[in-house]
Amino acid sequence: MAVGQRKSCSYATGVALSNSRSLFHFYIPEACYLDESPIQFGQISTMQSSSGIPSQETLPIPSSLPESLPFTSSQVVPLPFPMAHGTTTLAFMFQGGVLAAADTRSSCSGLVACPASQKILPIHSHLVGTTSGTSADCALWKRILSRELRLYQLRYGRRLSTRGAAKLLSHMLHPFKGTELCVAATLCGWDGGDLFYVCSDGTRLEGSLFSVGSGSPYAYSILDQGVWWGLTVEEATSIAREAVYRATHRDAYSGNFVDVYHVTSKGWTRRTREDLKEDKSMKSHNL
Amino acid sequence: VSEMLSAQGFGGPGKMKEYHYAGAVENRFSPYAFNGGTVLAVAGEDFAVVASDTRLSEGYSIHSRDSPKCYKLTDTTVIGCSGFHGDCLTLTKIIDARLKMYKHSNNKTMTSGAIAAMLSTILYSRRFFPYYVYNIIGGLDEEGKGAVYSFDPVGSYQRDTYKAGGSASAMLQPLLDNQIGFKNMEGVQHLPLTQEKAVQLVKDVFISAAERDVYTGDALRVCVITKDGINEQTIPLRKD
Repeated sequence: MAVGQRKSCSYATGVALSNSRSLFHFYIPEACYLDESPIQFGQISTMQSSSGIPSQETLPIPSSLPESLPFTSSQVVPLPFPMAHGTTTLAFMFQGGVLAAADTRSSCSGLVACPASQKILPIHSHLVGTTSGTSADCALWKRILSRELRLYQLRYGRRLSTRGAAKLLSHMLHPFKGTELCVAATLCGWDGGDLFYVCSDGTRLEGSLFSVGSGSPYAYSILDQGVWWGLTVEEATSIAREAVYRATHRDAYSGNFVDVYHVTSKGWTRRTREDLKEDKSMKSHNL
Repeated sequence: VSEMLSAQGFGGPGKMKEYHYAGAVENRFSPYAFNGGTVLAVAGEDFAVVASDTRLSEGYSIHSRDSPKCYKLTDTTVIGCSGFHGDCLTLTKIIDARLKMYKHSNNKTMTSGAIAAMLSTILYSRRFFPYYVYNIIGGLDEEGKGAVYSFDPVGSYQRDTYKAGGSASAMLQPLLDNQIGFKNMEGVQHLPLTQEKAVQLVKDVFISAAERDVYTGDALRVCVITKDGINEQTIPLRKD
């Protein structure tokens, strides 16, 4: 019974030999995930038949391989349907923590696929991510990121910092650079109040104010005139809402409601959603 | 001759491109086809309704008048799949297999929310060669309340109260927003939706869809999911 040389992902074997690892053995993503679907990244395949063998031989079996590998630069098969795109999201840091706001319209080349989608997704109790780009990509990659952060926390006994989460997301998206994956997220965390922008083309930036999406130029103009460090929470919330409102007014692909999340050292809190259609407090000289 | 329609022949889902002289045109083989059909789901207080038409078409032809697009998954969940029929069949086979695997490993049936989350990952695993299927899951959640989950072809999903998908979705969704969501009306009392009213509304809505959408018609299959089980009825629609 020869246990032959198996090509296996160091991650998977790392899982099996976890009791022999020291605290300084860091998880380094390996090229094996280039062959796997994004869902199977780093994990044991669900299609694997469990025949009672203990998990020393767990290796990710690429079950549903995509026809076109992630590193082809163009979509091999032209898609007959449009993907959901277009948004306004923003996030900024101030003395009271980090504020994130976004609209809720999910559009599919002209049709509003969903007027009440969630573009700000909590990743864990102290980390919130805004999403922009294709909704499916953002939703799934956020889920994958939450899973990886939770695994990190379980393995190393401490939560990964926002900077680390940004780097992790950026490295996870890197194999898919050049494909039509479209994820542009800002990660807002509280461990010193960090704000990072991560994009599927490889950008990873630290900053104190970001706005992403088709409506971002309009949002930037409002934010640039009013955001400074010493804002109170109410002032910050109202400026964020105003910025999203102005962007939805001008950008066709943004609209419907505003979501506002506030991240502090105690965690994130969410303001109730408001319908911008009925917002009478917004000053506008509409004809 | 021009019955074989490639993806370039499409002006979008359910639309035919106009023919005009464009010089040398390369007609590539497309692995996708659009087979039409509309699916609808409505969630009530203690029931859910999933309905679909039964026409299977391709281009100018009708392949079948009796091809319903609702598939029963568990006693409390029904999925409606429209789009490319080949992918619908494979996807439902995969979901059935995964349901069985879950049942065997966990000794319980999957809940509607769990099926929705699983379907999202199944669809995303094919992110670079997607299943061309618009899915809507209707069922009862753990508390017995009606639940509807709507998907896009690559796995983005969320829970709704009502949703229309498929070729006539752009016509039906505003109508549902108005009648079930009471949107865009003023001074109207918001009455909760009863099961009889929901089923009648679904029938009326599909009759309207059959009038205006060429890919919808022939017959309507309605599945009503309550805690007592799934009740199916078939209502005839326009056959032209």
